[in-house]
Amino acid sequence: MTEPAQRFRFVSTDRRVREDRRFVVGKGRFAADIVQPGMRHVALVTSPHPAAKITSIDKTAALAMPGVHYVLDGRELAAATQPLAAGLDTPNVPRRPLAVDRARYVGEWVAAVVADSRAQAEDAAEKVRVEYSPLPFVLDVEEAIGPRSAVVHQAHGSNVLLDRRFVWGEVERDFKESPHKLAFRVKWGRSSTVPIETFGVLASWDPWREMLDVWASIQMPKFPDQIAVALKLAGSAVRVHHDVDVGGSYGVKRGIKHAVLVGFLSRRLGLPVRLVEDRLENMRGGDAHGPERLFDIEVAFDDVGVIRSMRMRAIDNVGAYAGRSPFQLGKPVGAIVGPYRINSVQYHAIAVTTNKTPQEAVRAFGQSPTNYAIERAIEQVADHLDLDRVGVRQRNFISASEFPYTIPSGTTYDSGDYHAVLDKVLSRAGYGGMIAERNRLRAEGTLAGIGIAACLEPSGGNSSFEPLFNPKNTTTTWMDSCRINVDTSGAITATVHTTSAGQGHETLVATVIGEALEIDPEHIRVVRPDSLASLPSNSPVGSRMAIMLGGAAFHAAQKLKAKFLAIGAHVIGIPAGQATYSTGDVFDPLMPEKRLKWLDLVQIAHRNYYRLPPGMEPGLATSHVMQVPTGGKLPTPDGRVQMYPCFSFEFHLLLLTIDPDIGKPEIRRWIVGHDCGTVINPKIVRGMTMGGIAHGIGAALYEEFAYDGEGQLLTQSFMDYLLPSSHEVPPVEIVHHVTPSPHTVFGQKGSGESGYLGAPAAIASGVNDALQPLGISVNRLPIKVAALGDMIAAARKKAAENAKKFEAIRK
Amino acid sequence: MRTELTVNGRAHVADIEPRTTLLDHLRDALGLTGAHAGCEHGVCGACTVLIDGVPVRSCLMFAVQADGYVITTIEGLAPGPGELSPVQDAFCETHGLQCGYCTPAMILTAHALLAGNSTPTREEIVDAISGNICRCTGYAQIVEAIAFAAERLRGSNRPPEQPR
Amino acid sequence: MKPAPFEYSRPADVDEACAILAGDDGARIIAGGQTLVPMMAMRLSRPTRLVDIARITALSFVREKGDAVAIGATTRQCVVERAAVVRDKVPLLAKVLPFVGHAPTRARGTVGGSLANADPAAEMVLVAVTLGATLVYRHGGKIDKMDAADFFVGPLITALPAGSCLTAVRFPIWAEKRVGVGFHEINARKSDFAFVSAAAQVALDDEGVCRRIAVGIGAATDTPLRLTTIENAFTGRRLKETDLRDAVNQVLSFTEFISDLHASAEYRQRVAETLAVRAIMDAVARAQGTMTHAH
Repeated sequence: MTEPAQRFRFVSTDRRVREDRRFVVGKGRFAADIVQPGMRHVALVTSPHPAAKITSIDKTAALAMPGVHYVLDGRELAAATQPLAAGLDTPNVPRRPLAVDRARYVGEWVAAVVADSRAQAEDAAEKVRVEYSPLPFVLDVEEAIGPRSAVVHQAHGSNVLLDRRFVWGEVERDFKESPHKLAFRVKWGRSSTVPIETFGVLASWDPWREMLDVWASIQMPKFPDQIAVALKLAGSAVRVHHDVDVGGSYGVKRGIKHAVLVGFLSRRLGLPVRLVEDRLENMRGGDAHGPERLFDIEVAFDDVGVIRSMRMRAIDNVGAYAGRSPFQLGKPVGAIVGPYRINSVQYHAIAVTTNKTPQEAVRAFGQSPTNYAIERAIEQVADHLDLDRVGVRQRNFISASEFPYTIPSGTTYDSGDYHAVLDKVLSRAGYGGMIAERNRLRAEGTLAGIGIAACLEPSGGNSSFEPLFNPKNTTTTWMDSCRINVDTSGAITATVHTTSAGQGHETLVATVIGEALEIDPEHIRVVRPDSLASLPSNSPVGSRMAIMLGGAAFHAAQKLKAKFLAIGAHVIGIPAGQATYSTGDVFDPLMPEKRLKWLDLVQIAHRNYYRLPPGMEPGLATSHVMQVPTGGKLPTPDGRVQMYPCFSFEFHLLLLTIDPDIGKPEIRRWIVGHDCGTVINPKIVRGMTMGGIAHGIGAALYEEFAYDGEGQLLTQSFMDYLLPSSHEVPPVEIVHHVTPSPHTVFGQKGSGESGYLGAPAAIASGVNDALQPLGISVNRLPIKVAALGDMIAAARKKAAENAKKFEAIRK
Repeated sequence: MRTELTVNGRAHVADIEPRTTLLDHLRDALGLTGAHAGCEHGVCGACTVLIDGVPVRSCLMFAVQADGYVITTIEGLAPGPGELSPVQDAFCETHGLQCGYCTPAMILTAHALLAGNSTPTREEIVDAISGNICRCTGYAQIVEAIAFAAERLRGSNRPPEQPR
Repeated sequence: MKPAPFEYSRPADVDEACAILAGDDGARIIAGGQTLVPMMAMRLSRPTRLVDIARITALSFVREKGDAVAIGATTRQCVVERAAVVRDKVPLLAKVLPFVGHAPTRARGTVGGSLANADPAAEMVLVAVTLGATLVYRHGGKIDKMDAADFFVGPLITALPAGSCLTAVRFPIWAEKRVGVGFHEINARKSDFAFVSAAAQVALDDEGVCRRIAVGIGAATDTPLRLTTIENAFTGRRLKETDLRDAVNQVLSFTEFISDLHASAEYRQRVAETLAVRAIMDAVARAQGTMTHAH
C-alpha cells in the first residue's frame, strides 16, 4: 500500500495555516502579554548549592524593599498545598514548587518574592537571607546507584526511583544460538528543547466566584486538575484559559509548580499574580531538562547481520525530583526494536535521582535517545561483519507484507513500508554518487562520512507507560474531543479544548471538518473555550493531535452530517438511509430536485421544531469525545502493552565532512524520507520535520546542560547553551511516502516529533563513518568540536607511531 | 528621565527609569507586545526592533539611550487593519513560522534586508537571520518566505516597502 | 533578568564624562552596550551610574591620519565594516569585522567598547594586537596613548587607568603595495566566541619575498598573542608552508594555552598552529592575487 486510494478535497492540499495571520502582525497572545488590573510579579530566590539543609530564611530586609508585597517560603506553601502529582509510586519523593527544609539542586526555588514590578521583585529577592548548611551531593548516575552515594531523598532510601527489567521472548536462547554478539555503551547527553519563550503563568483568584483563572504558556494534560488538587480546590474551581498562544514547547512546558505557586499567591494576596521565568530561572530551576541516559546494549546476530535478540539497559539521570521523566524510559517500550524484526528483547530501565535540575517530557518522550542507541547497534553489527549499512538495515526491516506487526513488548505497529521509503531516499540521493563523493573527499584528505538512520515515530499518545511503571495506576483512558455548532446564520464554529504551540490545530480542525462536510475550511471558525467550558482533552503530547483531535473533529462532523441527513430525509419524506448529502445540500438521489440546502436545514433545526423528526434535539450542536485507538488495556504481568496506535517512519541519509585538523563536522547534504500516513496539511508537516531536524542537530552537536564538579550548571544562559541558528541547519530534502494508518479517519499518523527522532542518530552515524579510516568512533552525544579534534589528533598520532614502528621493523 | 521616542510614526514622551530596557518600555508602557523577551541577554533576537530601519536587539538597550530615535516594531508594518505587508504575507504563504514567538523579529529583519538588497542570495538571507533563533521551523520555510517576498517585491511596480 | 537600579548621565563631551567617572567609583561608561547590558541584566555588573558617551560626536569618526587610520572609540562596528578607507588601508580589520557578533550587535556595538572590554576571543582585540595598534585615551584632562601590546593585560583586563575614557584607536597603514590578509576562527557556531583564532597580514615584494608580516593568535591565551618571533624570522624570506609550520610549532610549544569547557589546551595549541599557518598562506595568496584556502 503506497499512495492512498482516496483523493481528498481539502486534506493533503497545500493550504495556508490560518494561525499564521495573527503572528505575522505581532498579535499573538503569549502569557507575558496578558495583563490583569492590579497584577503583581514574582521573582525567585534560588539555591546556590546542589544539596543543602535550609536552616533559616530571613525575609526582613526583602520585605522592606520598595514595592514588595510578600515573601513566600517552602514551609508556608507546603502547609497549604498538596505535593505535586507524581507518576511513579514514590510517596517519599514529594515535589513542591518551593524547597522545604532541603535544597536538592543548584537553582532550586527556595522562596518567592511578590512585588509591583519584576525588577523590584528581583531587587528584593537579592535581599532574602537564606542560611544553608551544605550536604554531600551526587551528580553522576553510576555513582548515584552505588553503595556510598549521597542520597537525594533520604526518606526514599536510595537514588533509584524505578528499576524494572522486562524480558520479552526467549532472550537467553536467542543469544546462545547466535553466532555473533556485540556489547557497547552509548551516552545521550543532557539537553532539552529550550523554547525561545520561557514558561509564564498568571493566576487570578476571585473570592466571590471562588474561582481561580489561569493563563499559562502550557502544554500539559490534566493541568487544571493538577492545579486544583495541589491547591485543595474543587476541579471546577480552576479555569485555565486555552486562548493563550504558547511560544514553543515541544514537551517541556509543564509548569505545574509555577502555576501552583502563583495560584497560591493569588489566593493569599487577593491579587492577580504573574510569574514569567527569566532565562536563568528557566535554565537552572524551570525543571525542563531532558533525558541524560546511559545505554548498555548487547545484540545477538547472524552472519548476514540479522539481529535476533537485544538486551538494553537504560539508566536515566532524572535530576532531583521525579516529574514525568521516569516515564520517558517507558514510552520507548512501544518501539523498543525500532523498525527491525528483532525476535526477543530484554529491557532494563532505571530512573535515578541526582542533584541536578529535574527533567521534563522532551519531544518524543525518550524515543530519540532510544533510536540513537538502536541505530548505533545496527551500525556496529554492519561494521563488525564488514557489511553495507544500508543492506543490513534492509535485511532487518519489518517488511510491508508483515503489517500489522506485533513487536516482542506487545505493541502492534499499524502500517508501514520501510523498504519503499529507503529506496525512495537512495534514489533521490543518488546513493552511488554519494558514496563516490565521500570517497573522493577522503582521497583529498578530508574525513568524510555518510550518515544513515531509520526510525519510528510512535504517535497517538496514550499513557500506557503509566500503568506499566506504576501498577497502582490503572489509567487506560486517553481522550480528546471536539464540539461543533452551526448557528442560526448557518455559520460553523468548532472547538479545540487545549492550548497550542504552533502546531496549527485550528487549521487541522477546520480542514478535517471541511473535508467531512464538503465545505471550504475557510468558512469554519475554530475557537478555544476555557477548561470549564471544554470537553476532555489531553493536550498536544505524544504526537497525538492529528489522530485524536482530527478524529474527534471528524466524528463530530459526521454526527452533524447525520443530523442534516435525518432532517432532510424527514422533510423530503424518504427514509433517512436513502438521502444523500453533498456540499451542504441534502437530497433524494432518485429525484435530486427534492433538495434542501444548507440554510433551509439550519432554519428548520433552529426555528421550525414542528418540522424536525420526532424526538430530535433542536439546534445543530454535536460533539465527540474519543478514546485513543487500540488503547484501553492494562499491561500484562510481564509488561506487554499496546503503547501507541500509529507508527510513522523516517529514513535519514546525509553526507558530512570533518576537517581533520579542526574536528568540526559540516553537513553537506541531507535527504530524509518521511511516512506519516495521510498528510492533512503539507506545510505544517514539513515545518515540523525541519524543526525536528534542527532540534536533532542541536542535541547531536551543540546543546548540553553541562555541570562542573561542584554541581554548578555551567551552561545556564544562551551564551553557553548553544541553539542552532540558520547557519547550523543545512538545507534538507524531504521525500514523502504514505502508508495510511488503518486506525484513523483519513489514514493520518502523527508527525510532531519527526526529524528529531532520527537526526541525532544520523549525525552520529555520519561522524562515525567519517572516522572509520582512523579506527575510532564516538559513542556519546553531543559531539563537540574540540573533543572530536583531540580524538582525531590522538588517532593520527598513534597511526603515525605505528607506521614508524612498522618501518623500523621492516628495516 | 524624560525620553522621547518615535515609534511607528508616532511620538511618545515619557519619564522612564534608566534601567527599563527599550524592550520592556515598548511592551509594558506602549502596549506593543509584538517584540518578545526570549533571553534578555542579546542572543536569541526575539526582541528585535528597527532603529532607523536597522535591526537591533531592544533587550540590549535602555529606553533612555534611545531618546530621539525612530523605532519600528512589528505593529508598524502592516499597511492597514486586516492587511499584510508583502513580507508578512510571504511568511503566511510558506508557513515560515509555527509558534510565532520569533516571528516579529524575523519579519523585521527580513524587511530591513530587502529594503537594502532586492536580490538576496540564499546565503545572504541565511546570514541576515542568523542572529534570530527559531526553535520551531528549522529555518527552511523562513528562508523560503524571504526569498518569495523578494521575488514578489521585484515583480511589483512599487519600490520595496520602506518601514515607517 | 532586570539590572540593579542606576543613574544615567549623558555628558556632552569627553572631559565631562571623565569628570563623572573620576567623582564616582560606581560609574561606568556605556557606548554600544552589547556586552555591558547582558552583564548588567545578569547582575554580574552593577554600576550605580551609566555614563553614556555614544552621542559624543567627537568620538565617532573614521579617518586616515598620516600613517594610520584613526577610529573614534564610539564608532559603531557596522560603520567601520562599511568604511572604504578601512577596506583599503587596514584590510585585516575589514576582514574580521563580519565575524564580530551578528549584524544587529554590530549596529550598536562600538570599536572602543570591544577594545576596552578586552575579551581574549574578540576579533578586534586580536587585530589591534596583531597590527600593533595604538590606543588613545583621555585621563584627568590630558590625552595619552598606549601600544596594544601594553594595553591588553589579561582576560577582560586592560591597563586603562581608572577614571579614564578610551577615545580612539589608530591602526597602522602598511605602505607596501602587495598586501594580503588572512583570518580563521574556530567556534561551535558561526559568530560565537571563538575558542581559537589566527590573523595575519603580509606584504610581499614583486619577487614574492615577504617584506613585512604580522601574525597573531586569539582566544587561546589570556590576551591575544602576537608571534613576533615568527615576524622577525620571516621578514625578508619566502613564506613556505613547511617552514612556517615548523617555526610556529616551535614558538607555540613555549606558550601556555587556556583549557576550558570549550577546548583543551592541547586542542588550542594544535589548532592555533594550523590556523596561523593557514592565515599566513591565505595572506600570501591574496597578496599575490590568488586564493587557496576558502573560509
